[in-house]
Amino acid sequence: MSNTQGRATRDAYGEAILELGKDDSRIYVIDCDIGRSCKTVEFARQLPQQHINVGIAEQNACGVAAGLATCGKIPFVTTYAVFGSMRMLEQIRQEVCYPHLNVKIACSHGGLTPANDGASHQGIEDMGLLRTLANMTVVAPADFASTKALVKAAAAYDGPVYLRFTRDAVPFIYDDQDEFEIGKAVLHSEGTDLTIISTGAVLDLCRRAAALLEERSISVRLVDMHTIKPIDRAAVLSAIATTKGIITVEDHTIINGLGSAVAEIVSEIGTVRMRRIGVQDQFGESAPYERLLEKNGITVDGIVKAAQELLG
Amino acid sequence: MRQELVHDTLIDSLRTSTKELRKTLLTMIHAAQSGHPGGSLSASEIVATLYFHELRIKPEDPRWPDRDRFVLSKGHVCPVLYSALALRGYFPYETIYTLRQEGSMLQGHPDMKRCPGIDISTGSLGQGLSTAVGMAIAGKRDGKEYRVFCLVGDGETQEGQIWEALQTASKYKLDNLVVIIDNNNIQNDDTCSVVMPLGDLEAKLNAFGLWTHVIDGHDLVQITSVFDRIRNNDSGLPVAIVAKTVKGKGVSFMEDITAWHGQAPNDEEFARAMAEIEGESR
Repeated sequence: MSNTQGRATRDAYGEAILELGKDDSRIYVIDCDIGRSCKTVEFARQLPQQHINVGIAEQNACGVAAGLATCGKIPFVTTYAVFGSMRMLEQIRQEVCYPHLNVKIACSHGGLTPANDGASHQGIEDMGLLRTLANMTVVAPADFASTKALVKAAAAYDGPVYLRFTRDAVPFIYDDQDEFEIGKAVLHSEGTDLTIISTGAVLDLCRRAAALLEERSISVRLVDMHTIKPIDRAAVLSAIATTKGIITVEDHTIINGLGSAVAEIVSEIGTVRMRRIGVQDQFGESAPYERLLEKNGITVDGIVKAAQELLG
Repeated sequence: MRQELVHDTLIDSLRTSTKELRKTLLTMIHAAQSGHPGGSLSASEIVATLYFHELRIKPEDPRWPDRDRFVLSKGHVCPVLYSALALRGYFPYETIYTLRQEGSMLQGHPDMKRCPGIDISTGSLGQGLSTAVGMAIAGKRDGKEYRVFCLVGDGETQEGQIWEALQTASKYKLDNLVVIIDNNNIQNDDTCSVVMPLGDLEAKLNAFGLWTHVIDGHDLVQITSVFDRIRNNDSGLPVAIVAKTVKGKGVSFMEDITAWHGQAPNDEEFARAMAEIEGESR
């Protein structure tokens, strides 16, 4: 399954959106002058009638998309996670979520992955902010194949979706035949001691941590929660029912992301204990991606240590 | 001669419609004891001319794909739009008495999911024009004949997003887009000049590549003339109309008074206002 090879999930978005656009003339891309980075250049070249570049004007991009959606188009506003979640947050709220329009916000550079760009470009709050908006669906695929599948699922779904991609290469985990459904978590292993719930590209870290824990006779239930809203409640309830603890892992602030979403259910229902692994309520900086993850404990060792503490 | 006669009849008819709009919007704001009369009154002639003359719409089929669109970017003056929709039969007239009430289709700011005839939900200033640009792009790309009219407040042009939208309209040569600025020179806190001077709006719009016209926004002859002039727009440019207006127009004690931006009349004020509008000689 997993190997050392991989590709950035923004590349998967570029491929998926082009395929979608060729099949369906209602698919539009709204670029904000970072199409090269967000991999929409081929879409723009091959499908100019379905492409709009509004320049460095994200708030306007969102409104233009909303207007297009009222005319039956399926627009994908394409930008970085920081801008797609914050610069145009209120536009998304007013013109997309409130009227429940069929607009997708497709964002590269999610999490700490634009590592050397520094804090200004690291979208570590995006999923939490978007999760707060009514009518919004929030999706962070783990790898190339799941990104392609989930972008297509988002296009097929009639309503607002926020999609988050990585700038850098992430290991291949799934293959083209695997099927994904928005709001339905993927169960990787049935464990009885501990559940690890992952969202986005940190799934690879979680798989490696799970393998180490299994070697130490800790039975791990591993869940890929690619959709944090609507969260797969049944998957969390199963984790509560079958294991003694839950660790959530995300390349996102621990405030209001996956960890919070899981904790909301656990606090209402469960008796299990939890650990939230993620960005520790602090900004990033320019540094290698692995260093930034280390500084926040988002590592294989960090997960293993948290597991031992939790089951201790 | 004959054409002039037709024109005079049109102006008379629009004058009557404008009067009905003003009475209806004041009635609903008075009933709700909440709402924004000042900017509704300043936009009355423009909205009347659009809904009773210029827009190609089918009230019996509010989502008709080929309809002209109207975006009320200054969403808080929805009483004037709701009045036009009620008088055109989009919903029963009595609905006006539910303005701002729980469960009403007439929300405090326009809600496209609840109210027939609303092309996009608005209310947060600066955003409607971008949606109008999106509608206009869709129309051009689909080879549709419809046009998109967007009413923007003058204070609203302080929002940077307005200028982002205008540059996009210009880039994509949206000659099917008409941006109307209700230039009443009063905003929530004070006059625009005091809060944030707007500068030379005509020059700014021209600089952004719009085919810009300045009119008296209460003169129905000027309004219908400018609509005649731009109807077959061969300039290749989006159109801007700066409508010089008076906030609170038609009610003497509301005219040019900042306080009437967002305040409902009491019973006595309402009676006086209705009498003034009814008795308007011209």
